[in-house]
Amino acid sequence: MSDHAHPNPHAKDHHDEHGGSHGSMRDYVIGFLLSVILTAIPFWLVMTHAIADKGTTAIVIMAFAIVQIVVHMIYFLHMNTKSEGGWTVMALIFTIIIVVIALSGSLWVMHHLNTNMMPMVHDMGQLP
Amino acid sequence: MAIEAVDHSHWSPLLGRLWWDAIPPDPIVWVTFAGVMLGGIALVAALTYFKVWGYLWKEWFTSVDHKKIGIMYMILGLIMFIRGFADAIMMRLQQALAFNGSEGYLPAHHFDQVFTAHGVIMIFFAAMPFVTGFMNYIVPLQIGARDVSFPFLNNFSFWMTTSGAVLIMASLFIGEFGQTGWLAYPPLSGIAYSPYVGVDYWIWSLQIAGVGTLLSGVNLICTIVKMRAPGMNMMKMPIFTWTALCTNILIVAAFPVLTAVLTMLSMDRYLDFNFFTNDFGGSAMMYVNLIWIWGHPEVYILILPCFGIYSEIVSTFCGKRLFGYTSMVYATMVITILSYIVWLHHFFTMGSGASVNSFFGITTMVISIPTGAKLFNWLFTMYRGRIRYELPMMWTVAFMVTFTIGGMTGVLLAVPPADFVLHNSLFLIAHFHNVIIGGVVFAVFAGINFWWPKAFGFKLHEGLGKVSFWCWVVGFYLAFMPLYVLGLMGVTRRMRVFDDPSLHIWFIIAAIGAAVIAAGIGAFVLQVAFSIWKRKELACDGDPWNGRTLEWSTTSPPPYYNFAFTPVIHDIDAWTDMKRCDVKAPKAGFLDIHMPKSTGTGIILGGIATVFGFAMIWHIWWLAILTFVGMIGTAIVHTFNYDRDYYVPAGEVAEIEAAAHGQPLPAGA
Repeated sequence: MSDHAHPNPHAKDHHDEHGGSHGSMRDYVIGFLLSVILTAIPFWLVMTHAIADKGTTAIVIMAFAIVQIVVHMIYFLHMNTKSEGGWTVMALIFTIIIVVIALSGSLWVMHHLNTNMMPMVHDMGQLP
Repeated sequence: MAIEAVDHSHWSPLLGRLWWDAIPPDPIVWVTFAGVMLGGIALVAALTYFKVWGYLWKEWFTSVDHKKIGIMYMILGLIMFIRGFADAIMMRLQQALAFNGSEGYLPAHHFDQVFTAHGVIMIFFAAMPFVTGFMNYIVPLQIGARDVSFPFLNNFSFWMTTSGAVLIMASLFIGEFGQTGWLAYPPLSGIAYSPYVGVDYWIWSLQIAGVGTLLSGVNLICTIVKMRAPGMNMMKMPIFTWTALCTNILIVAAFPVLTAVLTMLSMDRYLDFNFFTNDFGGSAMMYVNLIWIWGHPEVYILILPCFGIYSEIVSTFCGKRLFGYTSMVYATMVITILSYIVWLHHFFTMGSGASVNSFFGITTMVISIPTGAKLFNWLFTMYRGRIRYELPMMWTVAFMVTFTIGGMTGVLLAVPPADFVLHNSLFLIAHFHNVIIGGVVFAVFAGINFWWPKAFGFKLHEGLGKVSFWCWVVGFYLAFMPLYVLGLMGVTRRMRVFDDPSLHIWFIIAAIGAAVIAAGIGAFVLQVAFSIWKRKELACDGDPWNGRTLEWSTTSPPPYYNFAFTPVIHDIDAWTDMKRCDVKAPKAGFLDIHMPKSTGTGIILGGIATVFGFAMIWHIWWLAILTFVGMIGTAIVHTFNYDRDYYVPAGEVAEIEAAAHGQPLPAGA
């Protein structure tokens, strides 16, 4: 119903004037190939133990995951700085702010709560 | 009464946990049930006798008109508000009676349900529908649109909210409601300590209503971003629309957190998971952390649109442009972001230590700065304005005084050491009622008195409105100032009986205050009824208050297409600007108008969702599967309905416009 604002009886006919691109076959293929590669590498890392240290492997996999998110946003969600008059980018920035606040805040708060409040077995033994 | 000893472990494949023991063992509930049943039968009989079912179905239940959905939200909010207030009166009475060895009249099992239901209903099913109702009705009119972006989704959202409300009402008579407090902290809300259906009612009514809230948030954001009239850039939007935009952004960002927390709690309760249990690595503290990440933004979801309502009223009744429009917009945006970094102040005492507590204490104090800026903006708008003390303005002034007091006690509670003394006390209860009643409830009454003429074409009676106003204001101070005193004396919340007789007098004063508020509610109902009766005398034109924004440029009530011509905007207070430049609506040259069609899918989905929730609560698995498949199926079938819109012929528009403006049809129309 995005054409309500225009009192034009033929408004039905132009349904794609809001500046969002729908992508080409080429974009989808590039996106698909990148996704496959970015998924295959973490699998390979885990299956072959290419990196000896498990912690490092986890960090590398997460880095791949973040790249994967960006690939999806660009090639499948067609996000760029201009689409929808900049609103998609605004929404993305807001989302990132909120997610970072919620995740880092929770980690910080829960770390302190765990340290201070969760009774350890040996602590219990020392209670008077 | 040894209610805890009742064995609720009965389960059958056909009826799940539903059995004779689901009848609450409480005469108060039986009498209420009988009353509700008789009233309900009388209502159904009356509706059938006057043959209005078809009218209700065609013109209201299946309507996708944002104005009608807005009004239905308000009616839902009002009904649930009265239910929640009945709970409040019961608590006040219990606490005033339970002294000197008396147990009061409510057994513990019932009292615990009453305070839980009061909180849940007032926040989710009274305040939220009120706020959503206002946004639904006003926003499209203020931005010069003909409906919201997704009209069917709007209808569906309303029925999902109603579905949650129906479930919570059913809990009164079938089974029980939670006895956990309104946020159902585990481990108390876990299956080990709340084995029966109370918490499940809480979970499913919130989950189902949450779908509605979230979708309505998406809908309104899209409407505001995409459907503004030509010329209305972001900094020319009316301030209520701005606050509505920020509120809906908050909804979309915060409600998924609630959904996730509720899902985890359900998995603990239904599938033996251990997210929040005491054993196997669960952490109840994580629940408290997560639910307040949703819970604090929720507070601002409620209050921001109310700030918008006050802003519109202040500038209208002072006959001036709002002082500091730009600062008001930025204050709203700052509050939107800041409301996400204060959540820990709800659990300072849980033990996160000095650094964490200091951070969240300071952010909480910081949030009072943009709020203070808003208050000064309103005051400076009044300064040297030509103030008309009509009802909406009276509510606004009462808000400014009351909310400031609530804000100050809030800053006091934001100081972590002070919070260690005051947390969980009646001081806290007094504080948040001070801001929610002083902020949200007063705004609801201000807004109803302000926009009623727009919605129905006649004003509300002023004398009865003043009675309601004074009862509310006096009653509020009588009911809640004693709670500040009691809180400072160390009385904790949710207490059923008291030992110390010196506290008694304060509870009696608070109960008297609640009775005065009840008179205020009564006067409001009378005001509405009397005004409907005298609607001929109270009739008004499209712009009874000398309004400033676009909604006042249409007729009262607006035609279903809102605007025959899409207005073009040149200034912030668009309608004032049009009046100044003497812009008149054209009398001819109407075009066909493209409008959405009504559909029954929303109410059908809502109905199935209610049954689904009920089946999940009572572990009636076959019914849950059946209704879940039914919901998905209905939604899929609806996607094949291509007959969703129609054109209002120009001739019909011309007729409606001519009738509304009392003019003969132009030749050739």
